[in-house]
Amino acid sequence: MTVPAEHALALAAVLFAIGLAGVLARRNIIFMLMSIEIMLNSAGLAFIAAGYKNGQADGQVMFIFVLAMAAAEVAVGLSLALRVYGSFKSLDADAASSMRG
Amino acid sequence: MEALFYGSGAVAIISTLKVVTGKNAVHALLYLVVSLLAAALVFYSLGAPFIAALEVIIYAGAIMVLFVFVVMMLKLGPGAERQEKGLLDPKAWAGPATLALVLVLELLYLLAEGALEGPLVSAHINPKAVALMLFGPYFIGVELASLLLLAALVAAWHLGRREKEASDDSPG
Repeated sequence: MTVPAEHALALAAVLFAIGLAGVLARRNIIFMLMSIEIMLNSAGLAFIAAGYKNGQADGQVMFIFVLAMAAAEVAVGLSLALRVYGSFKSLDADAASSMRG
Repeated sequence: MEALFYGSGAVAIISTLKVVTGKNAVHALLYLVVSLLAAALVFYSLGAPFIAALEVIIYAGAIMVLFVFVVMMLKLGPGAERQEKGLLDPKAWAGPATLALVLVLELLYLLAEGALEGPLVSAHINPKAVALMLFGPYFIGVELASLLLLAALVAAWHLGRREKEASDDSPG
């Protein structure tokens, strides 16, 4: 009746792979940030699956930490994206590849 | 519970694929919200109802609203109005709406089964156990998370300042 934990881990792996492919393939900063969110969410899903298998609350505690980290990451990432757009008038990550130093 | 898990897992995979392959940022955000809602139902089916609520409130609520704000800020220009009109086109929201409808049907199925009355699954972990663990052995993690959020707040404020203010306090 219950779902095997391996299937939940497989779902997390598939979602993580999709997010990783998005980060590698897309060059738009907004899409890259969204793909990173997908990867973080799937990592949290893996923690939940582990907690489900063991019947312990540790996995859910770790998910709360992942959630706080994702919120912090998205705030900094989006303000950086606004900065890049202000400087280069483009959201292309390759536009910011040349540094001035 | 099995039908809930596999159904919402399929919805999560489909909508995540649409996020990564999407062209329009706002449409991709719609799919991302559906993907996170599906993930919340997956968490629910894995015996973590508290985490499912957090996923809906913080991920699908707060973080996605942040994304929408930034995308709308970046789209200021002559093309913005045309894009707003495009959002009213049923073609734009039919896909996310269909996937969300699947999630709603799963939720109704859960309610019809009377799943809210007894324990949800065998490995059900209640929020009390999570809270006891969070503010017990993992309390140092809570402190570190608060430090991280403070650092992110300062960084976002610093990076989000206007260019004029930034050039005012520099000698050049």
